[in-house]
Amino acid sequence: MLEHLIPVLAGTLAAATPLIFAGLGELVAERTGVINLGVEGMMLIGAVAGFAAAAHSGSGALAGLPAGAIGGAMAALIFAVLSLSMAANQAACGLALTIFGIGLSAFIGQHYVSYSLPGLPPLDIPGLSEIPVLGPVLFHQDAVTYLGLLSFAGVWWVLKRTRLGLILKAVGEAPDAAHAIGYPVIAIRYAATLFGGAMAGIGGAYLSTVYTPLWVQNMVAGRGWIAVALVVFAAWNPTRLLLGAWLFGGVTILQFHAQGLGIALPVQLLAALPYLATVVVLVLISRDKRLLQLNLPASLGKPWMP
Amino acid sequence: MSTSPPPFSGPPRDTARLELSGITKRYPSVVANDGIHLKVAPGEIHAVLGENGAGKSTLMKIIYGAVQADAGQIQWNGREVVIANPAEARRLGIGMVFQHFSLFETLTVVENIALALDEPFDLKGLAERVSEVSQRYGLPLDPQRLVHSLSVGERQRVEIVRCLLQAPQLLILDEPTSVLTPPAVQKLFETLRRLSSEGVSILYISHKLHEIQSLCHSATVMRGGKVTGTATPSQETPASLARMMIGRELPVCAVPAFAGEATPVLSVRGLSHTPDDPFGTALKDIALEVRRGEILGIAGISGNGQAELLAALSGETTGPASTVSLAGTPVGHLDAGRRRKQGLAFVPEERLGRGAVPPMSLADNATLSAHGQGLVKHGLLRPKAAWAFAKTCIERFDVRCGGPGAAARSLSGGNLQKFIVGREIMQKPIAMVVAQPTWGVDVGAAAFLRQTLIDLSREGVAILVISEELEELFEICDRIAVLAEGRLSDAVPKAQTNAEKIGMQMSGLFADAHATDREPDHAAA
Repeated sequence: MLEHLIPVLAGTLAAATPLIFAGLGELVAERTGVINLGVEGMMLIGAVAGFAAAAHSGSGALAGLPAGAIGGAMAALIFAVLSLSMAANQAACGLALTIFGIGLSAFIGQHYVSYSLPGLPPLDIPGLSEIPVLGPVLFHQDAVTYLGLLSFAGVWWVLKRTRLGLILKAVGEAPDAAHAIGYPVIAIRYAATLFGGAMAGIGGAYLSTVYTPLWVQNMVAGRGWIAVALVVFAAWNPTRLLLGAWLFGGVTILQFHAQGLGIALPVQLLAALPYLATVVVLVLISRDKRLLQLNLPASLGKPWMP
Repeated sequence: MSTSPPPFSGPPRDTARLELSGITKRYPSVVANDGIHLKVAPGEIHAVLGENGAGKSTLMKIIYGAVQADAGQIQWNGREVVIANPAEARRLGIGMVFQHFSLFETLTVVENIALALDEPFDLKGLAERVSEVSQRYGLPLDPQRLVHSLSVGERQRVEIVRCLLQAPQLLILDEPTSVLTPPAVQKLFETLRRLSSEGVSILYISHKLHEIQSLCHSATVMRGGKVTGTATPSQETPASLARMMIGRELPVCAVPAFAGEATPVLSVRGLSHTPDDPFGTALKDIALEVRRGEILGIAGISGNGQAELLAALSGETTGPASTVSLAGTPVGHLDAGRRRKQGLAFVPEERLGRGAVPPMSLADNATLSAHGQGLVKHGLLRPKAAWAFAKTCIERFDVRCGGPGAAARSLSGGNLQKFIVGREIMQKPIAMVVAQPTWGVDVGAAAFLRQTLIDLSREGVAILVISEELEELFEICDRIAVLAEGRLSDAVPKAQTNAEKIGMQMSGLFADAHATDREPDHAAA
């Protein structure tokens, strides 16, 4: 039993990593009142930028992740100029960005179809990886998965414990009041949006250079949308977001194993399971309307000009 | 409150703390400030007196750096300065308590304060200082509460404490007493006098003449964007100050005697309600009766159950049918729309957002509540009828605006309130619930609104007024009750009580049946 469980749990952490990056980025952006529906597109642009950099530099994910971050941030910049400087509708800009990202990544990626990368070996944490059960699950992962968990800790700490976190929340809550006491609302929203783009890009680059180091068109496969949904259902709380990402990762791995065991269900249905399970569970736990209302950034999605 | 201020004995007056010369600010349609001169000495409490729209708020925003003047100079401690933004103003030592609070609803009190302070981030230490300062200055405040659960009065305390923590050299207060109990006003004045004696200059914006007389060393009076005079308030009379402020005599309401009809129109019995909001105030066994032709006033400071009582009366929260009845019909279980149909009109406290939809035109806003007046036919809107309805309302209630097409948010507080009250009156209600009828409304409009309510009651409408302004209640009401900590005292005819007794009750000390009801609990405990 345990020997089956360990690979499932270990796989869960890796499968959740792209969602953790993209979700944290979107969470920070939404805290400042910017809803960017272009996460899927930014992840794809990050994935193809990361893959190209990894393939050409030969240094794999080490070059891929920074390139992915830059790619995602550039995509977010387009969104920011349109929706923040020109006060265009955020939902429309985000959707356009996703469509653009799907097309652009497919166009650039056609050179790399069926090209594969070396990937990233798991990194054992000395000492800790020897612990039975916990060791192989938690401390026998690739470096980027650790980075994802560190990012979670960082975002959690900034939002909960620092003045910066408070400012982000204040800007999302009441941009007029934040402006009145002297905070640069637009600049803060730009920074948060670019951070969101960079994080989505890292999530995408992780998929293309580490998780499945092989270029496949549209390889993000809806994870960007799951990240957007996670943020809302997590009531803008990073800890809930992390749990949601793990849930998605867990069901993803379970359905792989189910496919391997030859369960008589259509593969397409099994592949849809993680998405279905995540949405159902999140809807169930977010039925508490007051929780959502209390945490919803009041200015979310509303254009603001000084 | 009529004691004159202590003689001015601040530091030497040779260098003014703040000196404005020739400040001018033009907006596309109006000159908000026209060559304003103003001089404030260190430790001086200086009143800026004027009606809404006189340009006081614009002037204060210029001093605070939120708005830039088109022309003129600002001298700060003898040095010419350009105040580019509020952070700059705070660095200079200027603090401001806004009239429309700049607070963040989903943050706690201490988080809100931390955001405006330019100092190392330490919420725990700050919370202690907030408690300490709020206690010292008699502004009780729980640092960990979320702002959305605070009343208007409590929110103002947050703003005041936020300024005091910055140890300002100049404190700007915009209508600070409108939400305080009489004892709290006295406490605030003590605070301000202490600050003044410590050398802090205070700009005190108000239209309450007796307050300015008791507190301020000097006054600058504004009307229509210009300075119309300067005065030493203690040497003036309210009438002479009012003449400077509004250019004519202070309006006085005519109150015809109450005919004394005993028919209750709106009655509440055994209303207890615990709100969903964990920070709300639970209503405890509320009972009241508003009779045909009278105005019943409910005094008390916001946050003592006012919001919950209003919601229960308007139908925003429903309960057992028997708790609220209208002309003898139980309506406690009906929603707001159904109660309106039965003849209940409602003027909420928040004009923008609850009384009217800010970006919508007055005609559209009229349709929202007066759709029963032929503004909707077969489910279709009748824009012409709505336009005509709004136009009549504007003319009849002297609403100064750009016509029925003007957006609700473009109106000043007083004019929007006249429109909302007018819209409700034109629906010929049998009972009307009005919350804070003159909050943030200028003297002229306030007098008009009060007179309108009095006249309406004498035409046979039962009116319930919930207000924090005692003077107002004593002016227009026939009977007064007090709502404190979710309990309502018995209504007493105005002639049998006075501001002092009501003020005591507002602090939660009922000298009636409710208090004696509670005594045995204490004895048993």
